[in-house]
Amino acid sequence: MKHGTKPRPPAGPELHGLLAEFDSPGALLTAAERVRDAGYTKWDTHSPFPVHGIDEAMGIRRTRLPWLVFVFGVLGCVTGLALQWWTNASDSREFSFLPAHLQGYAFEIGGKPLFSLPANIPVIFELTVLLAALATVIGMFAMNNLPRHHAPLLAQERFKRATTDRFFVFITAADPKFNATRTHHLLSGLGGSAVESVAASSEPAHLPRSLIYATTIVICLLLLPPLFVAKARFTKSAEPRIQLIRDMGNQERYKTQQVHALFVDNRAMRPQVPGTVARGDLRDDAHYYEGKVSGDWATTYPPQLEISESFVRRGQQRFNIYCAACHGLGGAGDGIVSQRALARDTPGWTVPTSLVNQTVIERPLGHIFNTITNGIRTMPPYGDQIPEQDRWAIIAYVRALERSQNAHLEDVPVELRPELR
Amino acid sequence: MAAAVGEVDNTIDIPGQRAALILGGHDFGSLTAAACAPWEAPRPPRAWYVAFTISVALLAVLGAMIFYLVFNGVGVWGLNNPAGWGFDITNFVFWVGIGHAGTLISAILFLFRQKWRTSINRFAEAMTIFAVICAGLFPGIHVGRIWLAYWLAPLPNQMGMWPNFRSPLLWDVFAVGTYATVSLMFWYVGMIPDLATFRDRAKTKWKQVIYGLLALGWTGSSRNWHRFERAYLILAALATPLVLSVHSVVSFDFAVSVLPGWHTSIFPPYFVAGAIFGGFAMVLTLAIPARALFGLKDIITPRHLENCCKILLLTGCMIGYAYLIEKFMAWYSGNSYEGFIFRARALGPYAWAYWTMIGCNVLAPQLFWFKWARTNLVAMFLVVMAVNVGMWFERFVIIVSSLSQDFLPSSWDIYHPSLVEILTLAGSFGLFLALFLLFCRFLPMIAMAEVKTVMPHADLHAHPHAHVAPHRAFDYNPDEFDAGRGGAAARRSPRGPS
Repeated sequence: MKHGTKPRPPAGPELHGLLAEFDSPGALLTAAERVRDAGYTKWDTHSPFPVHGIDEAMGIRRTRLPWLVFVFGVLGCVTGLALQWWTNASDSREFSFLPAHLQGYAFEIGGKPLFSLPANIPVIFELTVLLAALATVIGMFAMNNLPRHHAPLLAQERFKRATTDRFFVFITAADPKFNATRTHHLLSGLGGSAVESVAASSEPAHLPRSLIYATTIVICLLLLPPLFVAKARFTKSAEPRIQLIRDMGNQERYKTQQVHALFVDNRAMRPQVPGTVARGDLRDDAHYYEGKVSGDWATTYPPQLEISESFVRRGQQRFNIYCAACHGLGGAGDGIVSQRALARDTPGWTVPTSLVNQTVIERPLGHIFNTITNGIRTMPPYGDQIPEQDRWAIIAYVRALERSQNAHLEDVPVELRPELR
Repeated sequence: MAAAVGEVDNTIDIPGQRAALILGGHDFGSLTAAACAPWEAPRPPRAWYVAFTISVALLAVLGAMIFYLVFNGVGVWGLNNPAGWGFDITNFVFWVGIGHAGTLISAILFLFRQKWRTSINRFAEAMTIFAVICAGLFPGIHVGRIWLAYWLAPLPNQMGMWPNFRSPLLWDVFAVGTYATVSLMFWYVGMIPDLATFRDRAKTKWKQVIYGLLALGWTGSSRNWHRFERAYLILAALATPLVLSVHSVVSFDFAVSVLPGWHTSIFPPYFVAGAIFGGFAMVLTLAIPARALFGLKDIITPRHLENCCKILLLTGCMIGYAYLIEKFMAWYSGNSYEGFIFRARALGPYAWAYWTMIGCNVLAPQLFWFKWARTNLVAMFLVVMAVNVGMWFERFVIIVSSLSQDFLPSSWDIYHPSLVEILTLAGSFGLFLALFLLFCRFLPMIAMAEVKTVMPHADLHAHPHAHVAPHRAFDYNPDEFDAGRGGAAARRSPRGPS
């Protein structure tokens, strides 16, 4: 209370203010005008519904809330635009200093433009409305001092009808013009049904103990899951990750050498049924199917293949389909996949081997056959995509590429040499 | 359920005189008592217990079905390869549409100063919230692996991946998310003064504490009311375009694709009209029993119900027109696939669903051309139940018929719902009704503060005799506002809210 110079009421608790009760909105309006005209500033009226005209009667100035809403609406608009540009249309290379999970990238979908306003309008609109609405509500609460834990008026029994059917004028003792006697006199003369003093209660209304305990326990329990997540994020574990609901890739199955109770021999692995031939067992020609001759890499083509021009042309066609994307049409290891990966600085990209350098030239045919069949380093196996005959044809074409890339003048027939420059 | 006979008829318009919106000669006190009666009664009526038991049983079915779905995958639904959407998305569109009537009543009618909205806006808004909860459920569970549903949101993740912002399905996430948030705020903010009424009327300690916390310490201060009204007006102005955008975006889920029967620019307005149509049917479905059960006949009067019927008639004609234009465009475009799908809808395997839709949505509301149907509760209830059914079938027809028979006859397959899907739909009604019944019992069903502003007693200039409606209310009048703003009163006091 800041009215030290003013006469205090005789005794009792400190005075918070004076409350006058009215029966109708009309009476309240008249009373408000008179209090306003008397020059009071720290006062208020209370009604179960907004009384029309009370703003003028009390001299309430128009709230600046709409400006706040406008600012946040614009912010939502800009956020929507920026979010969509960042996540779907930005160039991650320019922001490579950011952690990977925050970088945006050019999100290409069916050749549609990366950044086109018509497609972006719905999200921009929704975010504009969302932020503006949040600003409206939070701004209104903040300006109105809501939520308010305690108000002395709410302790007043008479005031309980302020939310039902009674109308009140309340002048706080903090008002510069407040004088317990004169203000009481003013309020009594307004035609209200009662005037009473409101004490500044020293002890705020307290919540029931049990509610406070229950809330504390719930909050503590709610903090546990984030703590476990944080722990998992920053520690390492040898255990496989916990799956409450299994993905299809992780379903129950038997592995080799495991026990299986269903069979007499208790083995999950089943032996071959007598008198049958397993898939692949007929392929006993190691030279043709594995590129091996008595355990070493074959240095010749299998005898059943006829190495002709059409065979090499078949190899060229297969090479251009399966190999050239990475190794390049000339075999120099400069295919378009590699070029793009290098242009984008793709981390961990292994440059494809050049097939026309000395290492590969010296490699036995069987070794190259094995590489195509089973893959090597980051190159995947092609054994199940390219039949054996085509693999040998590709090798024949690779040999042709090696010759052509390392050709000397002597390799050109004499009659064609004058055409060269 | 008694017919309108015996109730005071305030549906008659007398020129030069506004009809009363509140009957029974209430003053502020008795109106508050009447509106609080469902909450202050020691126990709810027996019908409430019956309805609540049924709703909770259905809710349990819903829980069981979701549990079964999550642990087994979406294969438990009757979806097949061309028809990848069935009951799931039908239910989503149905429920999100229901919500639209609540926002229309609370926001659009507020901006148009339709004072009759005050009696029904609170529970219509509650209906919106609960319908959006039901709606949000279905896309959530239909993704199959619901523990990955957070992929829908643009959250930074260890995969370094972002959602595709050019997809209408993502627009949906933003539209429905914003709609749910704004509707919830609108509902709660509007409810604060009434929660304060509950707080002040509470008889037990626990009620005082709980409603005291919910009311945030509201004292009915005029300085607070001033900002409150501005905030409410702004929210209404924001919610109005929002509600139109939500069902437009939902319609984009279909219209932006190239499927015959979906790829049409009429969808946004057609869907919005349908949403309001279906939503008002649900408002009446809830209002007709609720006003009888909780003794609110003085507040939700025959005039309120009649107004809802008129909106149903209008929007019903709008969607009837949309059905007609769809057919016309299918023929006029000369597109054989488009032509085929509309013939197939009327004559093909889903013809029964199509004609149910036409009968319930287009023909049934035509009854509302007659005043006896708009004032007879039995007729009204039968029509709105038909509309509830019809609007569900509308979404079913649009989704399933287009999906199951698209361009290539070799890929056609007819979709049949599984028992799990049917029980999930039934369960979603359990969720909706259980929430609504709890709301009726524990929260202010009538926006008391708003209703008081449309009572004759609140009108300072009116003659004291009753049933002459006030010409001002809980709304915004720019003329009066500006007059007050420039007036001497405003200048006189330097202090005020800002």
